[in-house]
Amino acid sequence: QGKFTLLRDTRTDGSFLVHHFLSFYLRAGCKVCFVALLQSFSHYSIVAQKLGVSLAAAKERGQLVFLEGLKSCLDLLFGEEEQPGQPSPLQFLSGSSCDLRALFDFVRVSLSAAAGDSWKGPMLLVDDLSVLLSLGAAPVAVLDFIHYCRACVCCQLKGNVVVLVHSNEDSEDEENELLVNSLCHHSDLILWAEGLATGFCKDVHGQIKIIKRLSLRQAEQDVVQIYQYKIQDRNVTFFARGLSAAVL
Amino acid sequence: ELPAPLLDDSYRKELGDEAAAVKSEDFQDSMKIAWRYQNLPKMETSPTTYTKFGHYYDVSKKMSPELCQSVKLHSFYLPEELPFEPKMKTWNMNSGYARLLQSIQRIISQEGFDGSDPQKKPRNVLRIGIQSLGSILWGDDVCCSDAPEDPQSLTKFLYVLRGLLRKSLSACIITVPAHLIQNKAIMERVTNLSDMVVGLESFIGSERETNPLYKDYHGLVHVHQIPRLNSLICDVSDTKDLAFRLKRKQFTIERLHLPPDLSDTVSRASKQDLAGSAKLLSSGCGAMAIGKKHLDF
Repeated sequence: QGKFTLLRDTRTDGSFLVHHFLSFYLRAGCKVCFVALLQSFSHYSIVAQKLGVSLAAAKERGQLVFLEGLKSCLDLLFGEEEQPGQPSPLQFLSGSSCDLRALFDFVRVSLSAAAGDSWKGPMLLVDDLSVLLSLGAAPVAVLDFIHYCRACVCCQLKGNVVVLVHSNEDSEDEENELLVNSLCHHSDLILWAEGLATGFCKDVHGQIKIIKRLSLRQAEQDVVQIYQYKIQDRNVTFFARGLSAAVL
Repeated sequence: ELPAPLLDDSYRKELGDEAAAVKSEDFQDSMKIAWRYQNLPKMETSPTTYTKFGHYYDVSKKMSPELCQSVKLHSFYLPEELPFEPKMKTWNMNSGYARLLQSIQRIISQEGFDGSDPQKKPRNVLRIGIQSLGSILWGDDVCCSDAPEDPQSLTKFLYVLRGLLRKSLSACIITVPAHLIQNKAIMERVTNLSDMVVGLESFIGSERETNPLYKDYHGLVHVHQIPRLNSLICDVSDTKDLAFRLKRKQFTIERLHLPPDLSDTVSRASKQDLAGSAKLLSSGCGAMAIGKKHLDF
């Protein structure tokens, strides 16, 4: 409980990890707040169905609070004047405020225990944080947002936070690199999906590095494990390096 | 000034005849030395003519005006557009992009592409084409300045456009003069906000123009990203090396072949050259090393 997990991808698409965590936590009976910035609800819904979870049903029974970033953005820019009591979570887009307070308030309200809630532990999932930089948020504002979410979700509510960021090797996007490096230092667990250094391969889609922080205070060595993976239609298979099914 | 579509099948038949002629000349020679490769399919440079996919055009002829007029066409030319409506809330974005987004949203809702009006059932998908996004023609200085005034306008525009496309029956293709954008961070963000990213690299003016490897082609096609929508997997093709060629009537995209290294003096220097050019090549039999280390056989 109270863990911050960072999902990171380089040279490949790490969104399969997001789908995994979403269905994992929903099946575990946790209350999930999903800030989905990059794709539509139906995209996640269709993949979740393949993984055996119905997002629509989860939403209906109050287990899943889904923020569809694309829709929220359209509502903000093309919609009617917003009600004073219900500010848009993506308010920073219209420039009225340059911090992500409205987004944090949305998260906090979604995960606070409501009367009659019997869910195990709250959970915040974000896909993906790098988009906020593209939308004009400063890296400091994004880091502040994550900090507030950790304080609220991990410490106060004893829940978990899982966040996806993109990174590129030799990236010239300094703001993004700053964000990623800073988040790495504060993570309890980092799952780093990378494309193979040797290039594209049909049977091995990439490698995943699992870095577990034993202690954030003492200078203990992190535990690092590396596996390779292949993504299939309904699941992902992991195997030790060099031992893909195609080779054995 | 659009190229004329090939509506009749006569041209396709031409292509088919050519291909058939070539095939009948190949004998089934059994291989003696490279016998391991006997059973691999023959490498085909262009997609097989027997499967009809998409449309074909003759670039030497123009599209007939009757055809153009029969289709409902909306256009957006920034200098002729009305100024940004002041009653819209502040968008914090370059006004050219904001007006374009408003125009697209208006067409989507008026023509019923967002399904909002059950009476208006669109019979087709709205196809949007945007040219030279990011260039000075849109009022953006991202292409001419190292430190642009508002580097986030372009990415914000793409995000809102993505929202509009996801919510309607539409598809959009955008061209961006990436060679003019000095700030590579912006191109990384643009790529992340797009579903499919294809790059065209022309040989004109580069050292590759005279490289014997590329003498048959006019440029390279790089597929940077393919869409991974509604699924865990995506449809990655085996071929990573594509080149394009502009013939008299056609623009074709083909697999790039590395010719055999038959020179007598295979010196270190030329090998480095080839290795450099072959950095992006992968053979059809499996993956070759294309990272920073070249495997020298």
